[in-house]
Amino acid sequence: MIPFLRRLASWSLAAWLALAPAMALAQEESGGMPQFQFSNELTTSQVVWMVLIFLVLYLLLARWALPQVSSVLEERARRIAADLDAAKAAKAEADAAVAELTAATRNARAEAQAEIAAASRSAREAAAGQTAALNERLEAELREAETRIDAARAAAMGALREVANETARAMIERLTGHTPAPETLAAALDHALSTAKG
Amino acid sequence: MAAGPSIDALGQFRLATSLGPIGAAVNFTNANLMMVLTAALVLALFGYGMRARAIIPGRTQAAAEMGYEFVARLCQDIIGDGWKPFFPFVFTLFFFILFGNLVGLFPYFFAFTSHIAVTAALAVIVFGLSIIVGLVKHKLHFFTYFMPAGAPKLLAPVLVPIEILTFLSRPVSLSIRLFANIVAGHVLWEVFAGFMLIVAAALGVIGIAAGVIPLAINVVLVGFELLVAGLQAYVFAVLTCLYLHDAVHLH
Repeated sequence: MIPFLRRLASWSLAAWLALAPAMALAQEESGGMPQFQFSNELTTSQVVWMVLIFLVLYLLLARWALPQVSSVLEERARRIAADLDAAKAAKAEADAAVAELTAATRNARAEAQAEIAAASRSAREAAAGQTAALNERLEAELREAETRIDAARAAAMGALREVANETARAMIERLTGHTPAPETLAAALDHALSTAKG
Repeated sequence: MAAGPSIDALGQFRLATSLGPIGAAVNFTNANLMMVLTAALVLALFGYGMRARAIIPGRTQAAAEMGYEFVARLCQDIIGDGWKPFFPFVFTLFFFILFGNLVGLFPYFFAFTSHIAVTAALAVIVFGLSIIVGLVKHKLHFFTYFMPAGAPKLLAPVLVPIEILTFLSRPVSLSIRLFANIVAGHVLWEVFAGFMLIVAAALGVIGIAAGVIPLAINVVLVGFELLVAGLQAYVFAVLTCLYLHDAVHLH
């Protein structure tokens, strides 16, 4: 900017100097540049009037116009700052609400998870208990059935001995003609039954 | 040169009294009339233009606010701390010169900034203010301004006169810069316009065709002069701030 200004100033001065001969010509006709006619009382009187006009302009601007501008600018800056503060407060409020919502959601989720876990655990326990009870009952029934089978077998075995005893005695009587001693028959039956059973 | 169009580049700077016999009685010149017009325009923009005092500004109010903030930033940046008391002065100076330059661009109007007496008076006001501010703020310590800090004392006999000379040349360069720029532009306009008339009168149909060239140059110069009008007001305000900065802060 500054070099540009300087170039501009020198350019203007150069133009002015180049025109000096033309102006010199004009000066001879009209008696020099009016700006340098200091004998002309208007040259000085315009300065006196200028000082007066400048002073009045200064006072009117400084006392009336400029305070008006600055008050408008300040009012606007104040308003913008207030609006920004309000916006900041609203944002903080919204952030807090969002945080609260997030926390509530997290809590609800955790509670639900806990409830689900408890329910599934109790269900599992109940199922296990039922299974155990059922197993016990089945086992008891199994045991009962086994004892019944054993009893039936023992009864069957007892009946078989009776039948074998009768049959053996009848066969011996028919074959040999004499009745065997009951003790011998019993011992032989025992022996045969035990080997047959084994 | 025979009778007919001729170049009178300096007639436009001639002072005359205005406002009839009343103006003549108190030596109120055509330049002063333009100053009043300039002041009225400045007040119209910054007084009347701000009357809405709107939070969302209209066009005129936006222009007024931009002008205000432009000069305020200039003062803040260059004068630095303690710029506030000088702001109305720099503001008045900038807009007085800017609007004066612009008003002077209109045909048959008068560019009061083309008078060395006027620019010199403005420069002397600035120069005087900077000295008064420096003396009030720093008392006699103000004169240490003429001895650059850190320079060897042995060089004082050389440096101090140079610094004083530089200081004293301030109002001279300030006033001549503005005056010369405005005069140069207005003389160029007048010369090319006069040249166009001379060519047209002397060469007939060919002359009228050839006269288009200086006319075109003048059209381009309008843009150039608008630039100079703004730039010179800006330079004047910047240098004023710079001098006030030196007075307030001593370098």
